[in-house]
Amino acid sequence: MSKRFSTLLAVLLVSSLLLTACGGGAADGAGAADGGDAMECTDEIGCVEVASGDSIHLAYMLTVSGATAFLGEDSLGGIQVALANRGQVLGHDVELTGEDSGCSAEGGQTAATAVTADDSVVAIIGTNCSGAATAGLPTVSEAGLLMCSPSNTAPALTDPDQTWLPGYFRTAHNDLFQGRVAAEFAYNELGAMTAATIHDGSPYADQLQQVFAATFAELGGTVTFQGAVNVGDTDMRPVLTSVAADSPDVLYFPIFEPEGPFIVSQATEIDGLENTVLMGADGLLADSFPENSGENVVGMFLSGPYVTGAEYDAFLADWESQIGGVPPSGFHAFAYDCTNMILDAVEAVAQQGSDGSLLIGRQALRDAMASTTGYAGLTGSLACNEYGDCATGEALAVFEITQAELDGNWPPAAVYTP
Amino acid sequence: MQKFIPKRLSGVDLFLRLFQIAAVALILIAIFNTASEARYTASQWATLLFAGLAQGSIYALIALGYTLVYGILLMINFAHGEVYMAGAFSTVFLAAYFARTGFLNEQPWLAILIMILFAAAISTIVAVLLERIAYRPLRNAPRLIPLITAIGASFALQYTFRGLYGAEFRAYPEVAILRGNMNLFGFQVPVVQPFVFITALLLMGALYWYVERTKAGKAMRAVSEDKDVAKLMGVDIDKVIVTTFMLGGALAGAAGVFNGLFRPQGVFFLMGFFPGIKAFTAAVLGGIGNIPGAMIGGLLLGVIEALGPNLILEGLGIPSANQLKDAIAFIVLVMILIFRPQGIFGERLAEKKA
Amino acid sequence: MGNINWRTILRLGLLGSVVALYFSMIGMVEDFSNRNLIGDLLNLGHVLLYAGIAGGALFAAREHSESNTVGRGLIGLATGALGALLPSGLVLLSSAINMRTVFVNVNPALSNIITFGRGVPTGLLLFVLASAVVGLITALFTVLPETWRGPVGKSFGIVIISAVFSDLVRQVLTNIIGSGMVRSLYVGDAYRPLVAAVLFVGLIALFFWLDRRAKQSNETTAIPQTDAKARQAKNRRNIALFLGWGVFLLIAPWILGSFLSQVLFEIGRFVLLGLGLNIVVGYAGLLDLGYVAFFAFGAYTMGILTTTTAINPAPGVFTFWTALPIVVLVGVVFGLLLGFPVLRMRGDYLAIVTLGFGEIIRILALSDWLAPIMGGAQGILKIPNPVFFGLELNSPELMYYLVLAGSLLAAFISIRLRDSRLGRQWMAMREDEDVAEAMGINLVQTKLLAFAIGAGFSALGGAIFAARLSTIFPHSFNLLISINALSLIIVGGLGSIPGVIVGAIALVGLPELLREFQEYRLLMYGILLIVMMLLRPEGFIPAEVFKRELHSDEDTGGPPAVEAQV
Repeated sequence: MSKRFSTLLAVLLVSSLLLTACGGGAADGAGAADGGDAMECTDEIGCVEVASGDSIHLAYMLTVSGATAFLGEDSLGGIQVALANRGQVLGHDVELTGEDSGCSAEGGQTAATAVTADDSVVAIIGTNCSGAATAGLPTVSEAGLLMCSPSNTAPALTDPDQTWLPGYFRTAHNDLFQGRVAAEFAYNELGAMTAATIHDGSPYADQLQQVFAATFAELGGTVTFQGAVNVGDTDMRPVLTSVAADSPDVLYFPIFEPEGPFIVSQATEIDGLENTVLMGADGLLADSFPENSGENVVGMFLSGPYVTGAEYDAFLADWESQIGGVPPSGFHAFAYDCTNMILDAVEAVAQQGSDGSLLIGRQALRDAMASTTGYAGLTGSLACNEYGDCATGEALAVFEITQAELDGNWPPAAVYTP
Repeated sequence: MQKFIPKRLSGVDLFLRLFQIAAVALILIAIFNTASEARYTASQWATLLFAGLAQGSIYALIALGYTLVYGILLMINFAHGEVYMAGAFSTVFLAAYFARTGFLNEQPWLAILIMILFAAAISTIVAVLLERIAYRPLRNAPRLIPLITAIGASFALQYTFRGLYGAEFRAYPEVAILRGNMNLFGFQVPVVQPFVFITALLLMGALYWYVERTKAGKAMRAVSEDKDVAKLMGVDIDKVIVTTFMLGGALAGAAGVFNGLFRPQGVFFLMGFFPGIKAFTAAVLGGIGNIPGAMIGGLLLGVIEALGPNLILEGLGIPSANQLKDAIAFIVLVMILIFRPQGIFGERLAEKKA
Repeated sequence: MGNINWRTILRLGLLGSVVALYFSMIGMVEDFSNRNLIGDLLNLGHVLLYAGIAGGALFAAREHSESNTVGRGLIGLATGALGALLPSGLVLLSSAINMRTVFVNVNPALSNIITFGRGVPTGLLLFVLASAVVGLITALFTVLPETWRGPVGKSFGIVIISAVFSDLVRQVLTNIIGSGMVRSLYVGDAYRPLVAAVLFVGLIALFFWLDRRAKQSNETTAIPQTDAKARQAKNRRNIALFLGWGVFLLIAPWILGSFLSQVLFEIGRFVLLGLGLNIVVGYAGLLDLGYVAFFAFGAYTMGILTTTTAINPAPGVFTFWTALPIVVLVGVVFGLLLGFPVLRMRGDYLAIVTLGFGEIIRILALSDWLAPIMGGAQGILKIPNPVFFGLELNSPELMYYLVLAGSLLAAFISIRLRDSRLGRQWMAMREDEDVAEAMGINLVQTKLLAFAIGAGFSALGGAIFAARLSTIFPHSFNLLISINALSLIIVGGLGSIPGVIVGAIALVGLPELLREFQEYRLLMYGILLIVMMLLRPEGFIPAEVFKRELHSDEDTGGPPAVEAQV
């Protein structure tokens, strides 16, 4: 960069600043005057105004790139189907924009600042990963927005003593539910007396195995070993050998691919695991899992979301026609429910002006969402509590992988529901 | 600051010596603890050991690529792990095709041979392109520069293959003939493990013969000894360097197929990073630039990694010992570089190259 | 017509073709085609597809500098048409067999982009024609007289780049001329075609005028001026420049809005890291790939000391400000501790061992073993934002000032150190350890100080990161941070402080503005590092020493011959 050029740049930047200082104020004043005509905003944390002919603006914060993109695409599809089926809301189109939040705290925070920079956003659907939500939530909550997550499962997010903040909702199951269901199945249905767990260092897997172990011990079983592998490990024999020293009845490993398949296939080599039943969670509930794991996968159990019924079949048909193929993961129905609950809340609280414009109070919207009870969603009956947990743990099940799944049948049949 | 370290390097020496003693003592205590607790049976230890040897022979094949290039150019080909990935990742599609058409189980040996050749060819092409584009123009540049290029090449290759083949995990099909167990020294061992081990040893033997007994090998040794003199003697340096990259690439490609037979899952674009680092550790362990050293170093590292978590870390009372498994390779590397930079077999190259 | 070297044309045409094929097959052309630049006439996918082809034609025309206009036009035409070869082959092949099962990005959408949606025979012909025209235009560009080439090239570049970063441009423009006006300039994210054309012509005129004026003022200053006067003028200009940038930095967040402030914050965070690593790598010549370790120490120390959860051993005792000196001290101490075992290692060994250290720290932070202290997989939650005289720094706008202050401090210390005795010792050590030792430099002390000071900066960066994010997880402290920091100081220029800033803007700031293309970020890094090392190893804004060192063996200083890179 030549000095001349950089001087020019500096002068331009400074003059642009001065212009903004004058111009910005004027524009703000004009905006306020427009809004004042029709309706009065009495909401304590502000309102969104949707002018006649404008669309209602929803935003997503999902992980749409990188290794976890399948989660984001799954949720995004759910939202899109919901919007397409719903059509107009109060005479306005619904517009969806979004940001990639990735599966990290940094990504969540940056996405949150990007989404909240646009004050026309009414509500957010996201995030996929709990870490992204934890870091993004302060920004979202401060901006007065409402955020509904289809796949956050961390208990801390809906715990007011931990990271809960006003405006947060989720239709996904709290890990406390899924870990409990898995432990109850192992103890009551399989009759297991001893269990071991393995996590992979992700907050999700760690939390789930902790809940599993605590519940299993509370029911009267013994937890013989709690270990971990790393994402990227390929040789699971050492950890499996540690497990095998006590030959537990059940080995619960709520982890992902490819570490999950490694455990399944290498378990056959280890002395002492012959009678151990393998159990995974929704991280492995993907159609590639049986094929990648090989023969030992037959007889394994997976816990995960259980969505069924005629409405769900209709949803899958819509997915097929609107997006194509089948959903890549298990959270699309939760995203569908999030979207519809938000739009229901918008319909409930929006003030309509004579020209068709809308005024949506942000606190009113949160209150309407929080008071949802008995909502008949794809994922069962939803009722939000005051800290944003809308799922009740009903739509969970344990699935059994049989030879049919290894031969390509998917999804597997549910063998246990709480 | 001067008071901190009283005398120049002797203070450092003292510190390192104490560090060494502490490390050895910890390892001994840990082994003693594990032995006295007797949590595991002999057959469980044997399972770990045999898997470790098979894994180690894969490390050794990759390590040879590092050692060969280092011997000739005195540079660490940081992107060698990606050369391995290229072969392994590309061949997974061929293997799936063979499995679909039934060829894999009708003619298993021929199919595996074709897979190895194919993987070796892909890896060789990648290695040669790498040399041509990223390293050759920089042969006389300051040392830091080719290393940075290598890091760049490593990322470029990872994400190129991700772009080509997608981000999903793939798996090699199972080969019927390598399934099941065999009895070895009274222990049940999966057939595939001795197969990988022995084939890898054969390949390494062939390489050793090539370098020690053929004329091309002699040229390689001459260049590694002294580039300028070799040039005066009429050795085509560029050709020797390309040959070196080809050999390293071919072995890495073969290692990719062995890895797929031994542990079919987890074939994806980042699969080369950790094996690459670990193979480099193995090469340093054996003495970088030294061919038998890389073989022994690889096997040793495989075994240390397989036994380490249960034998040493659990003995120290560390929960979830297996989580720290990757740290073992790095700790071995640091220890070797501190206490015996020349490795088990090597001459002291760390000085020579500076 | 001069001699036409058909071999060159073949080679360069095919090379351009390979580049076009590469971008097509790894999916970039298809993904980037969703981003329109000028109406729906030109999108980013087109740019990628034709960039290689145009490049081939450009070099081919340059190689024939003795040819006349018609000759070069023909050469461009031929090279461009040849460039279409491989992508056309790909389209033909993929229409015959299904390549998607292996090459996931070779799909009908890609064929549609290449063939303008017209299917195989017509579309392919169109594509070959378009490539030839692109080649022709690029070749004719080289025929332009010198005075025109600069303005035209620069203006084209600015139009394209400002279209690529239209998010940024629009946000700034909205602040200046209001959103209504801006909306009339754009369709979606792209310029309206007329706007782009006017901008292009306007810029050419502007540059032309600037060049003319510069030439005139050169002529006038050719009259010998007194030294003092010239220096005075230069000083005045420097002060004005300094003040201009200073004012901009101070009020930037308030014109840029919260999202761009967050981007500025990210840039600042990496400037801080880069400045620290610059001391270790740029000054002392110790290639450290595990720099993230100190960043993690900083973040974790800050997290553990100030969080309101049970992990805090002394709840309520520390605030951000009282913890900060401890954080920096911890960073420095760990810098010394980790520096100690690697004192004897050089170059590549050091790189790999420090890489190992970085990974070990991450693995330990994640482990169940240390989870009672460091939170393990669950990370550390509820780290409070800093409070500055009653003002809670809870927004990116406010946190920006903290990172700005940190960066300025680090830059100040860096400059002072560089010009100090210690700085000269580092540089001597970087050039040759043995000679430096022989000259009486205490290597142990010098090396350890480099590690310690670098680690201190990094820990400071980590502390600010933790306080802004308010939750930290071990996954945030991966190798990529080290690679990012290293790449940015190399791209900016090793040892150069302005280089760190430029590098951070280029490698951290710009990708944040192109968030939809995150997937290709690392690919771009990799390619950038290679290209940089091949063409301009001293970086964008080189430090004086490196510039001399790296170009000492070149007679002319022009770019190295093309053959060397192909």
